[in-house]
This record gives sequence, C-alpha cells and structure tokens, in this order.
Amino acid sequence: MIPALALVVGVVLGLVLEPTVPAALQPYLPIAVVAALDAVFGAVRAQLEGIFDDRVFVVSFVSNVLVAGLVVFLGDQLGVGGQLSTGVVVVLGIRIFSNAAAIRRHVFHA
Amino acid sequence: MNRPLWRRFLRPRLRRVDVAVAVLLAVLGFAAVVQVRSTQEDGPLATARQEDLVQILDELSNRNDRLRDEVSALEQARAELTTGGDQSDAALAEARRRAQLLGILAGTVPAQGPGLLLTITDPDGRITPDVLLDALEELRAAGAEAVQLEGPVDLSVDPSEASVGDSVRVVVSTALVDGDDGGVVVDGRALYPPYRFVVVGEPSTLASAVAIPGGVVDNVEQRGGRVLVEQRDEVVVGALRALEEPRYARPAPQDGD
Repeated sequence: MIPALALVVGVVLGLVLEPTVPAALQPYLPIAVVAALDAVFGAVRAQLEGIFDDRVFVVSFVSNVLVAGLVVFLGDQLGVGGQLSTGVVVVLGIRIFSNAAAIRRHVFHA
Repeated sequence: MNRPLWRRFLRPRLRRVDVAVAVLLAVLGFAAVVQVRSTQEDGPLATARQEDLVQILDELSNRNDRLRDEVSALEQARAELTTGGDQSDAALAEARRRAQLLGILAGTVPAQGPGLLLTITDPDGRITPDVLLDALEELRAAGAEAVQLEGPVDLSVDPSEASVGDSVRVVVSTALVDGDDGGVVVDGRALYPPYRFVVVGEPSTLASAVAIPGGVVDNVEQRGGRVLVEQRDEVVVGALRALEEPRYARPAPQDGD
C-alpha cells in the first residue's frame, strides 16, 4: 500500500514539477529506470512467493541502478556505449519478462 | 489504540527500510515520468547517443551537399533557360522585323515614308501600258521601294486628300496590259486616266529620274499627256495585296540551317 502510494506520489511530482533532465544524466536515466523496473518486478514476484525482504529489495534496487549506469558509463568510455546500453536493456527486458511470467503464474495460476 | 486503522497504517512507516522502499519507488515513478516527458518533448535527438548523433549529422551534411549540388544545377539550368528565352525573344523580334520588310516588298503591309506623287494625265487616250511600265521602270531604277498605281485621280483636289477611283499595289509580279475600254488593267484591275504613281523613295532622286531627257516626262508629253511631280516628306502606300501561297515553290535548305 505504502509503496504503491509512493509510486503515485513520484509520478504526480514528476508531472507537476516538469523538471528537465540534466545533460550529463541523459544517457543514464532511461537505463536506470529500466533497471529499477526490473528490481520492482522482482520484488513483486518475491512478495507473491512469500520470500520478499525489503532490505534485499532496497539493495537490489540501488545496485541494479548503479550497475546499469556503470555499465553504460564504461561503454561510453570504451566507445561502445550505444551497443552496451542496448545490451543492458535487452538483459533487463528478459529479466522483466521472466519475472512478469512468474507473477502471472502466481496471480492466475496459469 | 482506539484508532487501529491509523496504527496499522502507520506501523510500517516506523521502520526505516519501509521508508527507503517508499522513497525508491517514488524516485522510480518520478524518474520514469521525467524520462517519458523529456523523450516526448525533445524528440528522438535529445536522447540519442553521441555516435548516433555524429552519424545523423554526417547523413544530414551529405544530404545537404547533394541538395546544394542540386540547387546549383537547377540554378544553372534556370540561367540557361533565361538567356535562352532572351535569345528566342531576340530571334522573334528579328523574325517580325524581317516579316515587316518582306511584307513591304510583297505588298502585304502598308508602307510610308518620303517619296513622290507622279501624276500622268491622258487627255488623248494615248497613254498605253508600256508608257506606264517605262515610268515604273524609271522609278524602280531610281530606288523606289514601295509603289502603288492609282486611277482615275481627281486632279481638282489636293493629292493627299483626293479620293481615287482605284489603286493597285505594284509589286514584282505586277503586269500592265491594255484595257478593253481604254485605260490599263493592272493585275486584273482596270484603272483609268489620269493615273498616279505613289512612290516611297528618295524624292529628289525619283524626281530627277522621271525628268531626264527622253524619259517619262518627254514620253508622256509626246502623247499629249502631262506629268505632275510632287515631292513629299511623307507619302503613304496603303494599297495591299493578298499573299499568294506558291503552289510549287518550297524553301530550299540553306547552308547553316
């Protein structure tokens, strides 16, 4: 309940404040959002499986975002930033899909 | 304790890790919305990576170069067309000018200019076509450029205002023959004395040509007629003839055509 409310509050804040993304953050923000989404889907799946630990969630969320940003940053330094960010998005997308499939099995038992 | 809903609601908040979860999710929602909005606002270029931007820039500059080439080619074509248009305008004007000149020769356009009125009376009816033909030849030899033959002329009024019986433009193919009832037939049209040549040309040259001894004046006076020569600054050869299309002759190809 509280996390869902917090999510809504963040969305509303983003809609109301309409901030612009700093240029330095522009390559990393979409990757960070996808990484965080991956952590959220994993948390929902763990909750449904009854093994949710909020400490684990916090750590995985932060580390997901940091690692994804770091990988993209390294890729930028090596001159393969575009390809690496695509790779990160693909990997995270696969994980989100598998988590979503697990969630679906728990919710619909199918 | 009397507000168990409140307490159930509040209890998770007391734990720091729950606060952290809430903050993280708020940040996630905020960042997602910001990212979506910036993607929508700035278009695809704002989030494109540096190498992609470089590639796009390359493509744009290539395209720019191609378009610039196209512009210069089109401008060149336009310049050629413009000068070509000038040339064809000049050619058209030249063709019109030549058509006017040829029309004066062929008698299809009126002509005016300095010239001569040569009136020949024939009280005795002895002016034959060959006399008129001699006069015409003299005038032509003296540089007559446009000629018409009129008759009968009313001698009692000023020549420039006189209404004439009939007038024929004299051109290359003009033939003068005897009329059935006196007078002459010029190109199928019967003219009666007194006759008058309206001639465009150098007036004094024409006048002296008809006045030479043994010339037109002598010839007419021998046959009982009289010649009146009036030099004018402006005479109008207004009689026209229709242009006859040649039945057999066609323009032959010329060198350079």
